Amino acid sequence: MTLLITVFAAIICTLIWYKNLPNNELRLGFLSLMFWGASLMWSVDAVFEYIELGAEFFTPEPMDMLNDAFLGISVVALGLIIWLVYLFIKDPRGVIKAKLLQKK
Amino acid sequence: MACFLVPATEAVITTVITIATKKKESKESDKTVSVSMPDGTVEERKKIKFSTKLGWLNAMLWGGSALLAFEHLWHGEISPFFPFLTAVKTGEVADMLKEMGSAGVTMAVLVTAVWGVMLIISHVLENKAAKEDTAKQEG
Repeated sequence: MTLLITVFAAIICTLIWYKNLPNNELRLGFLSLMFWGASLMWSVDAVFEYIELGAEFFTPEPMDMLNDAFLGISVVALGLIIWLVYLFIKDPRGVIKAKLLQKK
Repeated sequence: MACFLVPATEAVITTVITIATKKKESKESDKTVSVSMPDGTVEERKKIKFSTKLGWLNAMLWGGSALLAFEHLWHGEISPFFPFLTAVKTGEVADMLKEMGSAGVTMAVLVTAVWGVMLIISHVLENKAAKEDTAKQEG
């Protein structure tokens, strides 16, 4: 579930990034790449788990699925927070810098 | 256990390489390529710098490692207190190293391979744009 939720987040972010091109003010490319990176890493985890468990991998216990879904949503939230911090640090429109350096 | 440490280590190395590449590129002039826009106009665009392309790899490695670290924290495989890794605390270091050598290395290789494919695609697109520009100038 965590892998699936992250893959969907990566696909949605990539589509929004593509739709807004060439405008990259929101640095959505960074967010997409972050989710793709995590998706690739979890897919490796999934393959190793499949090798170990076999077909049982596709029939998880309901509680495990719920926990994994909760984790997946939390991961997406954390990814969005990291992206927000990155966006405010980069401040492509310079609005935060202008606000902070505003004359009295 | 701690498989994310392998891509995180790669991320540190690639970040250092990116900083060095940026410094080197700042001394060189920008290469440009003409791009045909959907409305029929042609615009001069800067070629994507290699440091920018390295930034794609950094974003995947750092982002992926950070999110995986959170997952490990969720499952109690790492802790915010010394020795940080639960496997070290419980004496499962050999298993941890084995997992880092198998899953961790595979993760790092897969992310780098995907980045390699991205490099090839961007190189092909840049060459295509340059060829179209040359054909227009000749025709």
